[in-house]
Amino acid sequence: MILPPILAALRKHKAGAFLIGLQIALTLAIVCNLIAIIGPLAQLMQRPTGLAEHDLFLIEQRYVDAPAGHDPATLAKLDAMQLTDIAALRALPDVQDATPVTSLPLLRSGYSRGISTQPAQVHGTTQARIFHGDQQMLATLGLQRVAGRDFNATDVRHGANDDSIAAPTVMVTRALAERLFPHGDGLGKPIYFNGSSVPSTIVGIVARMLTDNPDGEKSLAWNAVLVPARIDAATTMYAVRAKPGRLQQAMQAAREALFKVDPMRVIQPGGRYEMQGIHSFAQIRTWGYLADRFIVQIMTTICVILLAVTAIGMAGLTSFWVGQRHKQIGIRRALGATRANILHYFQIENLVIAGGGCAVGVVLAIGINLALLKAFQMERMPVWYVIIGVLVILALGQLAVFVPARRASSVPPVVATRSV
Amino acid sequence: MFGYYLDLALRSLRRSPGLTALMVLSIGVGVALAMTTWSLVHSLAGNPVPQKSTRLFVPTIDVWGPDARSKAGGNEPPSLLDYATAQALLRDGRATYQSATYWISPTVVPSTPGTHPFNASGFAVTGQFFPMLDVPFKYGSGWSDANEADRAQVVVISSELNDQVFGGGNSVGKSFAINGRDFRVVGVLANWNTQFAYYDVPAYGGYMVQPIGVFLPFTTAVAMRLPPDGSTGCFKEPAQPGFDGFMKSSCVWISYVAELDTPAAVQRYKEYLQNFASQRFAWPPNVRLRNLMGWLDYLQVLPSGVRMLPLAGVGLLIVCLVDTIGLMLARFLRRSGEIGVRRALGAPRRAIYAQFMTEGALIGVAGGIAGVCFTALGVWWLRVKLPESWTAMVPRMDASLLAITVAAAIVATLLAAVYPIWRAAHVQPAIQVKTH
Repeated sequence: MILPPILAALRKHKAGAFLIGLQIALTLAIVCNLIAIIGPLAQLMQRPTGLAEHDLFLIEQRYVDAPAGHDPATLAKLDAMQLTDIAALRALPDVQDATPVTSLPLLRSGYSRGISTQPAQVHGTTQARIFHGDQQMLATLGLQRVAGRDFNATDVRHGANDDSIAAPTVMVTRALAERLFPHGDGLGKPIYFNGSSVPSTIVGIVARMLTDNPDGEKSLAWNAVLVPARIDAATTMYAVRAKPGRLQQAMQAAREALFKVDPMRVIQPGGRYEMQGIHSFAQIRTWGYLADRFIVQIMTTICVILLAVTAIGMAGLTSFWVGQRHKQIGIRRALGATRANILHYFQIENLVIAGGGCAVGVVLAIGINLALLKAFQMERMPVWYVIIGVLVILALGQLAVFVPARRASSVPPVVATRSV
Repeated sequence: MFGYYLDLALRSLRRSPGLTALMVLSIGVGVALAMTTWSLVHSLAGNPVPQKSTRLFVPTIDVWGPDARSKAGGNEPPSLLDYATAQALLRDGRATYQSATYWISPTVVPSTPGTHPFNASGFAVTGQFFPMLDVPFKYGSGWSDANEADRAQVVVISSELNDQVFGGGNSVGKSFAINGRDFRVVGVLANWNTQFAYYDVPAYGGYMVQPIGVFLPFTTAVAMRLPPDGSTGCFKEPAQPGFDGFMKSSCVWISYVAELDTPAAVQRYKEYLQNFASQRFAWPPNVRLRNLMGWLDYLQVLPSGVRMLPLAGVGLLIVCLVDTIGLMLARFLRRSGEIGVRRALGAPRRAIYAQFMTEGALIGVAGGIAGVCFTALGVWWLRVKLPESWTAMVPRMDASLLAITVAAAIVATLLAAVYPIWRAAHVQPAIQVKTH
């Protein structure tokens, strides 16, 4: 049995062993809690939007000379301006498709509505985000329809706002359909917006569409309603799908084409600063997860540094002890210990210290997690995070002591016969 | 004697350069990450107007009533005001200064041919906004209350917009077209836009600095029907379409800030809000009056992950310290024999303290220098990594950060060295001399 002599030797190095054990405990506790923050954020960022994001871009523009008012003639004029823009975009050689929109996934601005399955229901409605578009919306955005039909040109209406349109036909995401109609028979059923008694019939269901608010409540993340409508306003947005691989050219051509149709409009130069102007969906994605990506990067950096410091600390201390016990190792070798015995001695010693550290670390990790739960509204840390953390630390410890332990095992037995 | 100890310390450090580098790096990295994360959160969530914040207050009023509770969340009134309420508060004008504020994005059409129109994003505010928030002017000033009442077409512009429209210089008195109307410049701001819009966080968002072009009088902006560019909230949809319907509705979209200079004034204002709400609404008054910092705290604009960063940084520093203590202890105790000999030859314990304190201090100085270098690197990394809209608020390696970093390194080294030095000084000379 090799343990008793190891423990006896550690008793001679109480402070050193305690400190490295403490370091391991703290490292385990902090790394586990950092991973508990990084993990959900990384999952959040990896959610698919439901769009075919490649080759997709968004234009936000404003007519400078837009007519004011809400009479039918003015609205018709605004709609005509928008239709002219859409036609110009669709006519571009690098453009495959285009649709007017009012929001896109991850854009952080859009409309929210309370949806119900009964007319004039005010309480207990299901919150959902509204996405407007025309008959080309699904094709342009690359949304996947799983039931029902696409919008056609006769579905598409226009008006000053969502309420005035009262769309008779809508599409919903599968998630929303299942929530509103748990029996899975949502297709063809009416839904009602914001306590209205005007029905909107579900004519189609799309597989998934992420809402515009990436930080919103998770249970609402897939609740989206597609409304076939153009909103008549001075500020309009168009989602455009470029021909494969022609994104940059299409974005450039779109700007020129729109200014050619009507130079009295604002298309902001854009840039990293603002989401107005013309941006690829990749930029919208970057923008949508800006803070999250930053947090993941810096916390991952801290994790890596923590593990590195602890691993190097373990290696440093072990190699120090190897140097200190040079003579004892020689004596053991002279008395018949094999090189493997010496190697195992230092490996098991590290396992004992790291194991003790981990035992304390697990308690500490859970304690810190509980404290953070309250202070930062975090999620509870899954137990397997801690288990993986322990395994990683133990493996790291073995890795760290391997080189100094091998050096120890190569101490020749003749050392024992030399005097200091 | 100090020269001798310095020599001893240098010899000892040179004897195991790997271990020395480890200790120095450990202190340096620990201090740097703690400082970098702390300074980031300090500058993102720090006080945007330190000289004024204790006197700035944000009133919120329950304009929707108990029916909206489930929607507004808890018993808290909405974070913004509707037009009628904001206008009534402005009319009463009970604070030293006050401003109703909303984010606007009017269009400027340049007179130069060949250039496109652009949006000059900014805020609709009252004239009192500028003295209230100590807004610095390069030229001119804000507008008067009379201008405000007349819905005068006057504008305060940022120095960037001044460069863009007028090519810089003193443009006070000059005019340019905003949304097709002629506006006279009354003031040009000095470089003020280094903070987030703490006066309009619920609608505009926090920790973001975007270019600001114009400040227009609130009354003028409303008269021009400039729509709010920020978030809005409605309990009931407006009965009529368009901006007019929106203005008449109970939809909330206006931020309100008031300056109250004394505790008595704060108390009077609270009572005034209570009376105001009880006269105005059918339900029991439900109002709040929060100090600016309390308000920002309540809004929690910084993502919780960012707020947690300094904790992670300090945690890392602690691990690095424990690491250094362990390494230093090992290296000091390895010289137990040497200590024993010195003690046996008559060196007092004081001398041992002095010797190892010198060595500890040397490591501390090196660790401090490493810490400062790594902090500078970390702050630089933040600048490269962070979005442009944050970088105006991202810390710089300035004198105060340098001083705090150095102080942190000194404290860290002291903490790391105390125990190893104490152990070294208490080595029993007899045992050491005997075994060797």
